[in-house]
Amino acid sequence: MARYGVLIGFFVLMTVFAVVLNRMNEGEYNPKSIPSEFIGKPAPEINVPDLLNGKLVTSADMKGQMWLFNVWGTWCPECWREHKFLLQLQQAGVTIIGLNWRDDKAEAMAMLTRMGNPFAKIGYDPDSSVAMDWGVYGAPETFLVNAEGIILVKHAGGITPAVWEQKFASHFQAKNEAQL
Amino acid sequence: MIQTKWMKQFLSLIYAVMIAGFCLLSTSVSAKVETRAFANEQMESDYNQLIAELRCLVCQNQNLADSNAELAQDMRTKVYKMLGQGSNKEEIVDYMVQRYGDFVMYRPPVKSTTFFLWFGPLVFFVVAGLIVFSYLRKQKAADQVSVDQQQQKKAHSLLDDE
Amino acid sequence: MIPEIGHFALILALCLALIQGVVPLIGAHKRYSSWVEVAFPAALGQTLFITISFICLTYAFIVNDFSVGYAARQSNTELPMIYKISAVWGGHEGSLLMWTWFLAIWSAAVVLFSKSIPQIMRGRVVAVMGLVSVGFLLFTLITSNPFDRIFPAPLEGRSLNPLLQDPGLIIHPPMLYMGYVGFSVAFAFSIAAMLGGKLDSAWARWSRPWTNIAWVFLTLGIALGSWWAYYELGWGGWWFWDPVENASFLPWLVGTALIHSLAATEKRGVFKAWTVLLAVFTFSLSLLGTFLVRSGVLTSVHAFANDPERGIFILMFLVVVVGASLTLYTWRAPQIRSAVKLNIWSREGGLLINNILLVITAASVLLGTLYPLALDALGLGKISVGPPYFNALFVPLTIPIAMLVGVAALARWKQDSLERMGKKLVIPFVVSIIVGSLLPYLLLDDVKWGAVVAGILSVWIMMTSLLGIYDRVAGKQNKWQALRNTPRGFYGMSLAHMGIAMFVMGITITSLYSTEKDVRLVKGDTYQIGDYSFIFHGVDSVTGPNYRASEGRFTAQYKGEEIASLYSQKRTYNAGGMPMTEAGIDAGFWRDLYVSLGEPLDNRGAWSVRLYHKPFIRWIWLGALIMAIGGLLAATDRRYRQSVKAPSPSTQAVTAGAA
Repeated sequence: MARYGVLIGFFVLMTVFAVVLNRMNEGEYNPKSIPSEFIGKPAPEINVPDLLNGKLVTSADMKGQMWLFNVWGTWCPECWREHKFLLQLQQAGVTIIGLNWRDDKAEAMAMLTRMGNPFAKIGYDPDSSVAMDWGVYGAPETFLVNAEGIILVKHAGGITPAVWEQKFASHFQAKNEAQL
Repeated sequence: MIQTKWMKQFLSLIYAVMIAGFCLLSTSVSAKVETRAFANEQMESDYNQLIAELRCLVCQNQNLADSNAELAQDMRTKVYKMLGQGSNKEEIVDYMVQRYGDFVMYRPPVKSTTFFLWFGPLVFFVVAGLIVFSYLRKQKAADQVSVDQQQQKKAHSLLDDE
Repeated sequence: MIPEIGHFALILALCLALIQGVVPLIGAHKRYSSWVEVAFPAALGQTLFITISFICLTYAFIVNDFSVGYAARQSNTELPMIYKISAVWGGHEGSLLMWTWFLAIWSAAVVLFSKSIPQIMRGRVVAVMGLVSVGFLLFTLITSNPFDRIFPAPLEGRSLNPLLQDPGLIIHPPMLYMGYVGFSVAFAFSIAAMLGGKLDSAWARWSRPWTNIAWVFLTLGIALGSWWAYYELGWGGWWFWDPVENASFLPWLVGTALIHSLAATEKRGVFKAWTVLLAVFTFSLSLLGTFLVRSGVLTSVHAFANDPERGIFILMFLVVVVGASLTLYTWRAPQIRSAVKLNIWSREGGLLINNILLVITAASVLLGTLYPLALDALGLGKISVGPPYFNALFVPLTIPIAMLVGVAALARWKQDSLERMGKKLVIPFVVSIIVGSLLPYLLLDDVKWGAVVAGILSVWIMMTSLLGIYDRVAGKQNKWQALRNTPRGFYGMSLAHMGIAMFVMGITITSLYSTEKDVRLVKGDTYQIGDYSFIFHGVDSVTGPNYRASEGRFTAQYKGEEIASLYSQKRTYNAGGMPMTEAGIDAGFWRDLYVSLGEPLDNRGAWSVRLYHKPFIRWIWLGALIMAIGGLLAATDRRYRQSVKAPSPSTQAVTAGAA
């Protein structure tokens, strides 16, 4: 009787593995990615000085509009790659608040001068205090916060047109429709 | 920019290799030795225990104590500061879990989804015990049957003799 | 050209493996003796061709042929020759080829060294191993061909990782693989027995030496990995319950249960079905480990970076091999089941409890390792299971095992009584309580109850093992003769058990009493840890063959007397990359002293330094080494070698029976 148990247990285990592998293949499952704790919850505070002008950057200031929170650094190659698309988004009217994470101020400012600045404001976070508060564990990461200050989406990795379409665009459309 | 699936996978592979390479090399062979002053021994031991039980989010195969990732350095500093401000171990773990989820703890929580994880070994014990017990009982019953059969045989042979 | 020869040789090996796997099994079923005979030359041929293939791959590394993609990814022109060779098994494709090569070697060994085993059984065993080889060869050729060429060929390989240029890392994987693969022999014997529908104690006697040797290799492989991590990685740790470490530990636990179960099956004919199941489990766990490491489902720095498509292949392989074996077991178990009565108060009863504890431990480790994966797959959240969990469950499980270790060896086979055992164990019990409790007090400064428990258990194991040896000479006229007549297997067993005692002491003391301090030192400073002082003599610049370094010099003192000079370097290699720290270790039987240079803290010579005092840490690996030596002694017992010389009348009867 126990022998049937062993056989059944084995096939159950193999099914679990098959499910996992399948999901990995589809790109739906990445063992290394950590889901965000903040989806549907209020956005944490930022409360650090702006990289460029030293004024305090806060989430509270952003209430009433939809905005992106983008974590980046000059040491992060993906961030360089997504920069152009961020500029496109800004030109299309999307408000992006940046967080310059663990970076050299001079190099960060130089990058913005060279490549353009898509950010309305940029918090300067040299010791990860803001990053930790937002549950950030890598760069680039982008959060979508709605007008009530609730986080709707988090994307770890660079934003590309495809990612935008998949994860972010619908919320902006909904907002547009609501405004109409 | 055309983002084909292949392109995406290739880029993420490159990125993964870079992180893996960094994490492999960073295993404290290039150790960042941080000298911290502790108010007392209890705080030092709490600190060491916490950074051993919290997981690094970047080099995910290491605890905070061994990882050289910058985020890990900052998290260690955060733990140190929180201890200095009087937080106890539970509060610090809660702080991290609030932000990063259960994943950040190497000690899995005891909740409904981890019930079988924590009590599974006990279940194994009980199941094993039952199997052995029933095996021994069956053996005894088989013995009893064979004893009965022997006695029957003996009875038959006695009857036959008469 | 050479890599193509290697590739071709691999294909030939696959063909031979197919023949080796299929033909003899049909022959055994239909009683075609000549078809069964095919197994043996096929196995030898397969071994020859895989050897050729491995040599070709090694050649590519030796001559820096970077048109072979695998060589370009693993090697570099500046590597010393020995590390070029060890780079062959440093990556997925090459290590897989090594796996396959070892499997062939073990098959050849079975062909060459088991001439006394009846032909049909031997043929079936070699055939089953051949089928496993087919799976691995297909996997290699289809998904992981080490001979794939890349174009254009790079002029230089991947940049050097100094971490991987180390003697410990050269020998650790081959040892592990010899162990994993070695258990395929016991597995093959089990399948062969189930196919034949009969299992007698001779079967156990044939399986034992093979299984013991595989176990020895696995023990050494795991110990080497632990030792390497300790001295090379610099964080003083030696086991992290990382998923890949667990993947190697699982077959070891179940393999230990297997070698004990085989002993009972041989001596008393009990546990036949369970022994067969354990053999299937052990090898299945080896295969599962292969899957976990190479499929990418588990995050581990050990794991080869791989794509899920390879994972699917291995998974299918696992389903076929293990699924078929378990199905066969489910079908055939009633036929091979033991008819012998089991008395729980006997040596076999003790072995049964021991095995149950080992299997429960293995099941728990497996549970902890796979739980995060299962939870995530079902969308129930993402958790981590690490050392706090594993240590919490491991300690309560090892205490009863340690208590049983010596005891079961003293019990009589078939039937023993609590009374007799009780009387026998009084002295060891009393001695172990007294001495064990005193040990922490005598050897270390403060007494922690964990150390007391470990002390009692270790002395208990030593006493019961020595009592076992004493029993063999007690009451005998010629004590020396009695000792010489004692079979080697007995000494092997006693030695291995004593190794466990040492191991338990080592891990407990080191876990409880190690001290690690990160301190700020300037030249001339002294730092005290217990009775030891570390004096910092400042940092000098040194130049090595391919690096520049800052070297910190330290003197270690014990109670004021100088005992060692320690040097720790922070190296920057000419080839670039992150600075690497070489720790300075003063190794000792009773303790290790360890210094690791950190960073300069200011411009005036203050440095951060990590200092360790780790008592009893060497006992961990010495204990493992002694276990391995014990296993080796047991495997080379005359009983197993006798049958190789000439078949005695008893084996002939068995031969007639089993055929």
